[in-house]
Amino acid sequence: MAIAREAEPVGSLTEVREAGLDRDDLLGVYRNMLITRGVEERGHILYRQGKIPGSFYTGRGNEAAAVGVATAMTSEDVGTPLHRDMGVHIVRGVEPWRIFANYMGRVDGPARGRDGNVHMADERLGMIAMVSHLPAMLPVATGCALAFRIREEARVAVGWFGEGASARGDAHESMTFAGTRKLPIVFVCDNNQWAYSTPTHFEYATEHVADRAEAYGFEGVVVDGTDVLAVYREARRAIDKARAGGGPTLLECLTLRMEGHAVHDDAFYVPKPMFERWAESDPIESFRTWLRANAELTDSEEDEIAAGVKKLLTSSLERAEESPQPDPATLTDGVYATPEDLDTPHHK
Amino acid sequence: MAELTYLQAISDGLRTEMRRDKRVFLIGEDVGVYGGAFKVSAGFQEEFGPWRVIDAPLAETAIVGGATGAAMMGLRPVAEMQFADFISCAWDHLVTIAAKQRWRAGTPVPIVVRLPSGGGFSGGPFHSQNPESSFAHIPGLKCVCPATPEDAKGLLISAIEDPNPVLYFEHKHLYRRIKAEVPEERYTTPLGKARTHREGSDISVITWGAMVYTAEEAAQQLDADGVSVEVIDLRTVMPWDKPAVLESARKTSKVLVLHEDTRTGGFGAEIAATIAEEAFEDLDAPVKRIAAPDTPVPFSPALEKAFIPQVEDVVAGLRELAEY
Ligand SMILES: Cc1ncc(C[n+]2csc(CCOP(=O)(O)OP(=O)(O)O)c2C)c(N)n1
Ligand SMILES: [Mg+2]
Repeated sequence: MAIAREAEPVGSLTEVREAGLDRDDLLGVYRNMLITRGVEERGHILYRQGKIPGSFYTGRGNEAAAVGVATAMTSEDVGTPLHRDMGVHIVRGVEPWRIFANYMGRVDGPARGRDGNVHMADERLGMIAMVSHLPAMLPVATGCALAFRIREEARVAVGWFGEGASARGDAHESMTFAGTRKLPIVFVCDNNQWAYSTPTHFEYATEHVADRAEAYGFEGVVVDGTDVLAVYREARRAIDKARAGGGPTLLECLTLRMEGHAVHDDAFYVPKPMFERWAESDPIESFRTWLRANAELTDSEEDEIAAGVKKLLTSSLERAEESPQPDPATLTDGVYATPEDLDTPHHK
Repeated sequence: MAELTYLQAISDGLRTEMRRDKRVFLIGEDVGVYGGAFKVSAGFQEEFGPWRVIDAPLAETAIVGGATGAAMMGLRPVAEMQFADFISCAWDHLVTIAAKQRWRAGTPVPIVVRLPSGGGFSGGPFHSQNPESSFAHIPGLKCVCPATPEDAKGLLISAIEDPNPVLYFEHKHLYRRIKAEVPEERYTTPLGKARTHREGSDISVITWGAMVYTAEEAAQQLDADGVSVEVIDLRTVMPWDKPAVLESARKTSKVLVLHEDTRTGGFGAEIAATIAEEAFEDLDAPVKRIAAPDTPVPFSPALEKAFIPQVEDVVAGLRELAEY
């Protein structure tokens, strides 16, 4: 039996306005979702052209969850997005050409060729680059929240994790610590129902991951992760609550990973009807339909947004291809920080 | 100058930095109300309050991972492991995140992890280890191993000031046993600069931590044989003072490397290899290593004595080298 609160879908435009989004914001959200998917689709093409070393991951199906949560954050808030959360980088303002450069291991990617795929973040935009080990960024996000609490700043940290990685101790320790100290953090579970090939019932035995929140002393909420407005509303509530001193929330966004774990994986183990059922609630298509029905999205607006995104992606790809390869002579540079590295505003 | 124990000197260093810099805070198990398992932070919570001396849950991953996040947000966390041995539970956060962050993402992670380490009091396999070699092997981490009260204070202040993750190994067997004059004012002791604990001309002992005192006693016994032994206290294992070690090796032409950690792959191997590579022509004997045998740390005093290098072992090693 579920313990977490199961969030309702968002209804009218009025309700959305109350949650803090005007019509322009909504079109911006739509555009960000298109860019998110577009970056990953173009990335996939680059991969097939042999231009991306290593592996390639996408967050297809997770665009609403990532964009919805990131839209609810302020620029002062920080986060540790993962490999399904391209939308977070897009909302925060990472330019797509730098993402393509990162995919290709070029110097202009946020990781400067030192790390690949989505192991990147622009610190200046308040994001911290993920490591492979999951969910190792949760204790780090918790530490960010601790810093905000110590300094009594009205800022919130958002830590992402997958439902598979919820099995590891890092999640437990982070939630225990954040719960005991009522830290300003929102734990966002991207529950895409598969951890590589492992289904949810082999990762956790409760109905929802968010059911655990009760045991840590805070609220758990499950939301339809394909409904960007519902995700936004719940994330906003959780973030506002954390900012006001109300402590953590565990927000679980339920989606389906619409592709294999990574490009090499055809996801043969996912039952076909499951894909068919979730294809009907494609996050972008659902939101487009909602915008047409509730916000008078017109054909010409739609075309204009789509054309703008296409142009952005094409020029971004060109620019990324021009980015140089990293110089092997720099390989051993910067293993240790120097005092000048601390010469940044937030280390003062 | 006041006479302080090694433990009091650590407290003094930490208190000095916490008074000077509001960004510095301490987090660990029982560090607040109780003052830490060894009382390093006794009285700190009264002075600095519960949000700068934070009693953490029994969760080393959250402590070190949390310190990393807080450092990224501009604070200067000092995390205490109740015993160095428990750092295994936070290995991932040191090695996977903190150590690689500067190289990979350009972000410095200025954290200090305090690690009460070392044996000699029947702590057994899980309360006696000296894991500095494992961490010295990880690019991006620094490892500090003070031997004297003066260094305990100066190196801790340097560690807190340093923009990197620094592991500060405080030897438990020195806590209350070693007492010396310590300057009252704030000072730093640079990381990567060895200290000549004792000058000599015939044999060099390269060591650190509690073994400095074992080497000292052995050296005194060699005086009676007419053999002059130099003792170099490395102070920090990463970075380590290669020039000072090579200079001493060239001067005496015979070297004994001594450590309390186990032998195979211990940091002594790195030192011996470096001397072989860079000072081979100056040597009059093969470099000798004395270290703990390759076993877990035993509990019974009889066994522990056989495990931790003793003064007699070092004396025998020095005599062998002297006669070579
Ligand atoms: C500690 C750890 N073990 C194993 C892996 C290898 N691995 C990468 S992603 C993954 C599945 C993760 O599933 P989930 O947490 O649900 O995230 P998703 O990929 O579905 O978004 C695994 C096993 C890893 N990255 N980290
Ligand atoms: Mg998953």
